[in-house]
Amino acid sequence: MLDDFMIRATLAGIGVAFAAAPLGSFVVWRRMAYFGDATAHAAILGVALSLAFQMSIFAGTMAVSLVMALTVTMLTGRGYAMDTLLGVLAHSALAFGLVAVSFLSGVRIDLMAYLFGDILSVSRGDLAVIWGGAALVVVLIGWRWSSLLTATLSDDLAYASGINPKREQLILTLSLAITVAVAIKVVGVLLIAAMLIIPAAAARPMSRSPEMMAVMAAVIGAVAAITGLRAAYVFDTPAGPSIVCVAALIFLGSSLLSGRRGVS
Amino acid sequence: MSLITLENLSVRYGGQTVLRDVNLAIAPGEIVTIVGPNGSGKTSLLRAIIGATRPATGRVTHQKGLKIGYVPQKLHIDPTLPMTVERFLRLPGGFPRADCAAALDQAEVPDLSKQQMTSLSGGQFQRVLLARALINRPDVLLLDEATQGLDQPGSAAFYRRIAQVRAQTGCAVLMISHELHVVMSASDRVICLNGHVCCEGTPEIVSSAPEYRALFGTGTGGALALYRHEHDHAHDANCAHEHETEKAAE
Repeated sequence: MLDDFMIRATLAGIGVAFAAAPLGSFVVWRRMAYFGDATAHAAILGVALSLAFQMSIFAGTMAVSLVMALTVTMLTGRGYAMDTLLGVLAHSALAFGLVAVSFLSGVRIDLMAYLFGDILSVSRGDLAVIWGGAALVVVLIGWRWSSLLTATLSDDLAYASGINPKREQLILTLSLAITVAVAIKVVGVLLIAAMLIIPAAAARPMSRSPEMMAVMAAVIGAVAAITGLRAAYVFDTPAGPSIVCVAALIFLGSSLLSGRRGVS
Repeated sequence: MSLITLENLSVRYGGQTVLRDVNLAIAPGEIVTIVGPNGSGKTSLLRAIIGATRPATGRVTHQKGLKIGYVPQKLHIDPTLPMTVERFLRLPGGFPRADCAAALDQAEVPDLSKQQMTSLSGGQFQRVLLARALINRPDVLLLDEATQGLDQPGSAAFYRRIAQVRAQTGCAVLMISHELHVVMSASDRVICLNGHVCCEGTPEIVSSAPEYRALFGTGTGGALALYRHEHDHAHDANCAHEHETEKAAE
């Protein structure tokens, strides 16, 4: 069954959707969208370093994403405006990554594959990494779920309940780095943030509890992956962007429906 | 044995000392009100007690196994986060539903459990925060300007509720008041804070004299009281007592 590239691609897309759903919900609740972008953009630097030092792309992107996410977390509340800081870091990481890749004269790499993903070339090994990473993220967030929610409501409320919000922030940071590393092959660095935010945002109007929103986001993400791949096959369009397009259309539909019902 | 003990507590934020040498002990069952001007370190004191701020010097000691119920000054819930009141109350410990109902009863908002947090009015939100603080049957209740945004009858009702909760459960209460002179009449002690403990005393129960009626209005049910400050020291120029002038006018 896994011999068929379309089936491997679909499974990869669903794996990323599952990891992105609970994490993406927190990204939306905590207004970390730009934070996700910065981490994802830094991953291209990770690709360059992995190729230069001949290590696995997964390990390289994860390491650089983690360093980036930790740097941003550390600089938070040190007197810079957050959006300025993230804008500087996200785009300079991307630029440095692109420049670094150009220095790799010995290797021929398809930059487009990392910027926009190359889901159709997912191998069995990639699939194992994607599902392993996704499972790790789901377990991590599931394990800390209540504490993460409390810390999302308010740092002080978390402290009063004996929870250290800084530790919970670290769990999210780590999950983000893992998700970026597994999603780079599927949607590419430029569209990872879309997979985090769009399904969660589309799930919001249909949800009455945080758990329901995370589950609905997973369903929407999986539907977008399946439908987007199918559309890419039929219309001969790029696969990763097609998946994001379908997710965006679901978001549009969900917002319009909830708007008409008068539910916010 | 005190529930909470602060010994020579100092707190600094980025080189600025907001609290210095504060000594304070909260005994079981007592109601302590902290008053003080803006920027006097009231919130920092509570944050040091819950462990959100590390003391620069000195110590904060909790009695072993102390359960704290904390009502924050303000809480913003992002509208993208769907959450019913019941779910909010049960975080993070997963308290049983029966405890939620009991806590909402105690806070006098029994019918809200299925409502979304973002749909509550300001007064309801305040009561739900109180319910959340009560759900784990705390030994001490910490309230940070919990009557902010409530009108005088609203604050009076809130204070009466707190006094009843103390009477029913025997928990101690440490609360910050945003008013300098008007405090909860059930307070056993009032502490005036301005970077350090300026003075300490008991509130004066409001008599039925017309001038007090004019100050408090009617219908507060005796929930409010006056605190007259007795200061025996002056601060240097950059740390003046806001109410020094008012005292002179009395």
